[in-house]
Amino acid sequence: MTTTTKTAGATTAPTGETVLDARGVTMRFGGLTAVRDVNLTVNSGEIVGLIGPNGAGKTTFFNCLTGLYVPTEGEVRYKGTVLPPTSYKVTDAGIARTFQNIRLFHNMTVLENVLVGRHTRMKQGLWSALLRLPSFKKAEAEASKRAMELLEFIGLQDKAQHLAKNLPYGEQRKLEIARALASDPGLILLDEPTAGMNPQETRAAEELIFAIRDMGIAVLVIEHDMRFIFNLCDRVAVLVQGQKLIEGDSQTVQSDERVIAAYLGEPVEADAPSAEATPAEATPAEATPATDAAPATDAPEAEETDEADEAPEPAEDPETDEAPASDETPADEAPASDETPASEDTPHDPASGKENDA
Amino acid sequence: MTTISENPKASAAPEPAAEATGLIGFIPATAARALTLGGGVLTVVSCFLAWTWTPRFPGDLTYYGSPAGLQMQVLVTGVLTALFALSSYGVRGTRWLTPAGGDAALKLAALANFAITWFTVGAISIQLGGPVNLEPGGAVVALASLLALLGALALPFERPKVLPVDPEDTSWDQFKHRAGNGWASFRAAFATTGTARRLPTMHSSVEILIIAGVLAIALGVFTYGVGTEYDELFLGFLITAGLGFAAVSKSGLVAQATQLTSKHQNLSIAGAFTAAALFPFTQTDDQYATLGVYILIFATVALGLNIVVGLAGLLDLGYVAFLGVGAYAAALVSGAPSSPFGVHFPFWAAILVGAGASLVFGVLIGAPTLRLRGDYLAIVTLGFGEIFRIAVMNTDGTSGPDITNGSNGISSIPNLNILGFDFGAAHSIAGFTIGRFANYFFLMLLIMAVVVLVFRRSGDSRIGRAWVAIREDETAALAMGINGFRVKLIAFALGAGLAGLAGTVQAHVTYTVTPEQYLFAGPIPPNSAFLLAAVVLGGMGTMSGPLVGASLLFLIPNKLQFMGEYQLFAFGVALILLMRFRPEGIIANRRNQLEFHEKDETPATLAKAGA
Repeated sequence: MTTTTKTAGATTAPTGETVLDARGVTMRFGGLTAVRDVNLTVNSGEIVGLIGPNGAGKTTFFNCLTGLYVPTEGEVRYKGTVLPPTSYKVTDAGIARTFQNIRLFHNMTVLENVLVGRHTRMKQGLWSALLRLPSFKKAEAEASKRAMELLEFIGLQDKAQHLAKNLPYGEQRKLEIARALASDPGLILLDEPTAGMNPQETRAAEELIFAIRDMGIAVLVIEHDMRFIFNLCDRVAVLVQGQKLIEGDSQTVQSDERVIAAYLGEPVEADAPSAEATPAEATPAEATPATDAAPATDAPEAEETDEADEAPEPAEDPETDEAPASDETPADEAPASDETPASEDTPHDPASGKENDA
Repeated sequence: MTTISENPKASAAPEPAAEATGLIGFIPATAARALTLGGGVLTVVSCFLAWTWTPRFPGDLTYYGSPAGLQMQVLVTGVLTALFALSSYGVRGTRWLTPAGGDAALKLAALANFAITWFTVGAISIQLGGPVNLEPGGAVVALASLLALLGALALPFERPKVLPVDPEDTSWDQFKHRAGNGWASFRAAFATTGTARRLPTMHSSVEILIIAGVLAIALGVFTYGVGTEYDELFLGFLITAGLGFAAVSKSGLVAQATQLTSKHQNLSIAGAFTAAALFPFTQTDDQYATLGVYILIFATVALGLNIVVGLAGLLDLGYVAFLGVGAYAAALVSGAPSSPFGVHFPFWAAILVGAGASLVFGVLIGAPTLRLRGDYLAIVTLGFGEIFRIAVMNTDGTSGPDITNGSNGISSIPNLNILGFDFGAAHSIAGFTIGRFANYFFLMLLIMAVVVLVFRRSGDSRIGRAWVAIREDETAALAMGINGFRVKLIAFALGAGLAGLAGTVQAHVTYTVTPEQYLFAGPIPPNSAFLLAAVVLGGMGTMSGPLVGASLLFLIPNKLQFMGEYQLFAFGVALILLMRFRPEGIIANRRNQLEFHEKDETPATLAKAGA
């Protein structure tokens, strides 16, 4: 699986200058290479998707971009300058992010959460807080105004004084986005923004992300929901076992055999998947990613598995199971899954369940 | 174990739950209410009788017509019971007393009345060698309070739904289940039925008057508590104040007062300081002003610690060392004869040196350690606290440079003299004699005002939000652009500086600074363990919490000398109980209250953060 960048130039009309430019990002944890030599660019006014089976290294790659991890090799540039290796400086530079497992400040109010996101754009230190100079009051008033605007943008203005943890799940996700937006970013990284949402909420999130794009903010989004990502993104990159498999528009990615293989296993003729899947499942602690069969990848990498992702599965499966028949996007995949029943005879096939998920 | 659907016990259980009865079943509701009212009134009356024949019981309860000592406390709870009883009847003019419904408040008032009365009667009997020493008045009051309590407990209340016992459970599980049910209904008996009515709109001058009244009552209670002369009186005070406050809080009056004070927040704080400043004027000699100034020092340091622990969430177990650094720094430049530096700085310079030295030490300790999280930080700060003490012990000229005079400490620190005002001498202000400790009391009050100001203003700002964010989730806070290390260091240094500020005054108040004053844990309050306990006990992250916590933690060991070596044991038990039943502390930050009691029904909104 070599990295192919055949679509780098053939993307849908790059609308502006390069916002994010990751070159040769490699992240090793001891002997484990979680991300290997990934190149990715995001242009302004663009929504770029990052997909891949669980454990493919998407979140690790995100953490490399946002300075939570320092990449072992490679560099990340934001608008031409190399990003500093610390989380808060990256935010200061203009990249904001959300988390896969919602990480709000639970015991602060909704408004305070957004105000915390505003931190880097305010410069009032301790002294001005103690002396309460006019500039302090002005800055506070301005920040509150901006925060309320953002809350209106996501539709939570009436709950500004609620505690963040008392919000329902979907609103917590939205609040996390508003908190990220508060730092006036040029690029926002969304880590599974629709995990655990029902179809209506997913559609609302889609609208929200389009609206963010229209504000002039570039978006890089990790998702498992194929329909969501192919509707949304101008460009999609596929990450498998830490390497970028392919990057291109929805059509290119969906029709690529290797992507289908990565998600659903090899076609049945090789008879390989079932043979490969069983040993991989038997040894979930397998460290070298090369031997991990794609269908089984979400078993070993506990770090990457999203608890929130698993929980709502039963509730949503009926929806998504009947949806592919009518929807055209997964049409390519539907036959593929028909092709592989032989391999799905194994008691549980987590990858296919995962792929249908959400 | 599956539950069998045709369970005879299960079908029988819901029936008694349907009708509202009291905890005590045999008294009908109307009789019960009358009994409570009668008991309350009778208690009040009997407070004017003699309870014992001999003046040997402290307080001299032998007079007719003039309640004294513990009788006063019984009188207060009796009046409270009677008033709440009248209010629960809906008598005009008393209904404002119970804006959140009368029965729960009445029950607690009757309980308070019973507890303090029987405590008094018991104390008389034990002290004088038997109930025979009671005059008829004592017997009457005991009976009256018992009747009031019985009546109150017989008042009907809404019983919670009782879960039927699973007959297939082991008997231990069944016992636990029954006990749980019993406890649930017991708690429901004292639960308020409604939330407090909103106050009618009043002219703001009326509201301010009410605030002044509340503050006056608080000052009165505090002064009474500080001035209690013997153990029985102080124990009684704890019972009366604790249960009485619970009763008043059940009635909803506290909630209404909180409404008012949060509406006029600045004014309330100013009023509280005024009330505190009046305290020395209520005293005839310096004896209790001494207590007052020590409480203030303790409370100021606790409030500084609250920035570090309550806001930024940095567990600092060596905080008293910063108080020590400030005190030593001030002592060294105070012109004390045993100080190796023969300098005598004016107060403003000394206070800058003290606070500055603490601040520098805070940064020095914080810079390498604040990269640690959680337990590791606690261990390192604990170590620092000890290092400070041992270093001070050793810089005595023999095992180290001669700076601090070793274990002898720096003694004979001269009194402060600010602008010709000698803090060591008694002054006469408007006919009141203001002694040495009262002078320092006023100075400490000023310093506390500074700390309160710093706490409020820093808490409600960009930096304060960053502190709370770090406490909540450090990774997310970093991802929001907060420079975690820097923000934590600011909190740490600020807390240290405030402690140093208090330390400078402490050095002058106590005349002497020795290393043994700055222990991790010890019997005398300003030590790291007690400071942390004051913060946790009072309520983390609140302003008034550490003040209340510090007052209690200082007064209780100070007043209850008889407990001696059991003091720390009792303290530990009290802490465990508090953490079990009120983990958010005495004064709950509304935020924490939501945090710790999420299962109970709580309002989802937070009108205005802070307390």
